[in-house]
Amino acid sequence: MTQLNIPDSEYMYSGHVGCPGCGAAIAMKFALKALGEKTIMVIPACCWGVIAGPYPQSSLKVPILQTAFATAGAAASGLKAALDMKGDTETTVVAWAGDGGTFDIGIQALSGAVERNEDFIYVCYDNEAYMNTGVQRSSATPFGARTTTTPGKGWKKNRKKNMVEILAAHRIPYAATANIAFPEDLIQKFVKARQMKGGTRFLHVFASCPTGWRIPSEMSVKIARLAVQSNIFPLYEVKDGIDYTLNYKGDRPVMDYLKIQGRFKHLNHKDIEQIQSMVDEDWKLLLRKMNHNQRG
Amino acid sequence: MKKVLEGSHAVSEAVRLAKVQVMSAYPITPQTHIVEALSEYCTDGTMAARFLLVESEHSAMAAVIGASSGGARTFTATSSQGLALMHELLHWASAARLPIIMAEVNRALAPGWNIWMDQTDSLAQRDTGWIQLYCEDGQDVFDTTLQAYRLAEAVNLPVMVVLDAFFLSHTFEPVDVPDQDLVDRFLPPFSPRIELNTSDPFALGQMAPPTVYMEMRHDIQKAMEQVPEIFSKVEQEFAAIFGRSYGPVERVHCDDAQVIMVVTGTAASTCRKVISDLRSQGEKVGMLKLKMFRPFPTDLIRENLGSVQKVAVVDRNFSFGASGIFAQEIRAALCNRNGHPPVFGYITGLGGRDVTPEILAEIYWKTKNSAFPENESVWVGLNE
Ligand SMILES: Cc1ncc(C[n+]2csc(CCOP(=O)(O)OP(=O)(O)O)c2C)c(N)n1
Ligand code: SF4
Ligand SMILES: [Mg+2]
Repeated sequence: MTQLNIPDSEYMYSGHVGCPGCGAAIAMKFALKALGEKTIMVIPACCWGVIAGPYPQSSLKVPILQTAFATAGAAASGLKAALDMKGDTETTVVAWAGDGGTFDIGIQALSGAVERNEDFIYVCYDNEAYMNTGVQRSSATPFGARTTTTPGKGWKKNRKKNMVEILAAHRIPYAATANIAFPEDLIQKFVKARQMKGGTRFLHVFASCPTGWRIPSEMSVKIARLAVQSNIFPLYEVKDGIDYTLNYKGDRPVMDYLKIQGRFKHLNHKDIEQIQSMVDEDWKLLLRKMNHNQRG
Repeated sequence: MKKVLEGSHAVSEAVRLAKVQVMSAYPITPQTHIVEALSEYCTDGTMAARFLLVESEHSAMAAVIGASSGGARTFTATSSQGLALMHELLHWASAARLPIIMAEVNRALAPGWNIWMDQTDSLAQRDTGWIQLYCEDGQDVFDTTLQAYRLAEAVNLPVMVVLDAFFLSHTFEPVDVPDQDLVDRFLPPFSPRIELNTSDPFALGQMAPPTVYMEMRHDIQKAMEQVPEIFSKVEQEFAAIFGRSYGPVERVHCDDAQVIMVVTGTAASTCRKVISDLRSQGEKVGMLKLKMFRPFPTDLIRENLGSVQKVAVVDRNFSFGASGIFAQEIRAALCNRNGHPPVFGYITGLGGRDVTPEILAEIYWKTKNSAFPENESVWVGLNE
């Protein structure tokens, strides 16, 4: 067995109320190992608003500011400005939002913050639906998935929005994807983001959700890993919106990822072929950006 | 030093002297002059502050909520559509007990687009937990903005300083703008009750189950109940340094009045003139200017209006399907008092229509000449 290089430090208490196997909880645990105690978490409405604990408890050893659903980007900007005014240059402000709070209702505040190049880290933990309110579709829900608002035959027929590309188009200093099944890569990216300072850094963290995806909790990490191995969720980094680095090349068919999840159970062979060709297309597009970069 | 300033700049001068540390706002007419002046102060170094030029009013309020939670003295300004867009976060700011100050320029809501004076925007936010103070002139705006910081920081509630669109925001008047050291004597640096800090980690705004939520809301009301007393202390200290005070309400010729007209904002200035003209004709009329709307000064309303013959409320706002909003609140304050007077509600001046001396005189005569109100609201000055 290979030994993972993961810090022992722990900034999350046990006993939080996340579901067993919750990828969002795993994401926070690893992220804080990289971020350390000089961190303030800004959390809009999402599952993490609950996992953080009910008043007067907290599941984190770092300060938390809970904020309204659409406001992570703006509230984090304001908090950072206050720390600047107090001369605190040490603390890292981290906005920690779900995919709904990032791709949908929060995209305006996020875009504004990135355009102003505010000095904080924005993390989107992506479980591909509005889980806190009972698994409704978001614009991060992938093509093919059933949710409670895309039920039965009405499974989602639209593609997932590409958030990293939207942020790259802002020329954000650093944007990267990460995944709970690749903790070393994830931690390394969080460390990089923490050390960067001076502008906005965005981390898109794939975080499986056993409850919403209708998968057994013990499969949570394995399925998250398969998302990378099948190139559905490629691991890559973008510096200044132009400088692309690929961290992993997958070679598994999407079938391996889709067939073990309840939310995709209804898909037939043709649907899966369609998804495979969409993934191949996105993958090619991504590789073109890598090549472009290498040619300089 | 006396300066000739427009109402908007009475706000920005006060904010400068209050040494606000973080500001955030989104432009909307007629609030723009306030934020333009403050942007300049931040650019030229007059103020040591951060001004977050966000992409919406929703984000502006969220940004000052973040900044205030981080322990900074904060400011924002808006109007009309912008205030409506902030609504969610107005509740947030007060329930988070943050002493944020906002200048709110009263402007009509669309459609149709109308940038002129109307109070419905701020009054529609009456249940959001903000202290609301309505200003009559430029000096009042300046003084109230400074006082708002003392008040907000004492009770940990946000304050809305409300001023009329154009009649006040864009009208030039002489305003006494004191030196920094005098202001510093009145308003010391902010020492926040709560301040997010990594050396003493805690969580703000956590989920509040039914076992704790009601107490949190009750605490807000307890803080509101302290406001009249603290406001009066703040006013006394302000008067000791600057020689001016206003009170939550102001009585003008009320002692022997048979009809008292209740007015707010710049309409009070017009009403002063109308009252003095009517007085010289021998009419027993008085005026009660309402400055503080939240918390509602129920005791003062009862004391000043409880035993007069008739009350005439001038509302430059309207709650559709009900009546003028100030009239509603005054009726509610009086109804539990024995033998309370009839309350006549008048709607006028919506969407910037002038509230002329003639209109106010008409309101007086209508009230004097009717035993009881013909309607909960009488609209005055409607075109045929
Ligand atoms: C303005 C507003 N609209 C709707 C909601 C209800 N709401 C709370 S969390 C949530 C979904 C969150 O989804 P996401 O951001 O993906 O986080 P997740 O719960 O999936 O972790 C919704 C719709 C809200 N709190 N505020
Ligand atoms: S619903 Fe999903 S994201 Fe939310 S706590 Fe449960 S597993 Fe985690
Ligand atoms: Mg989600």
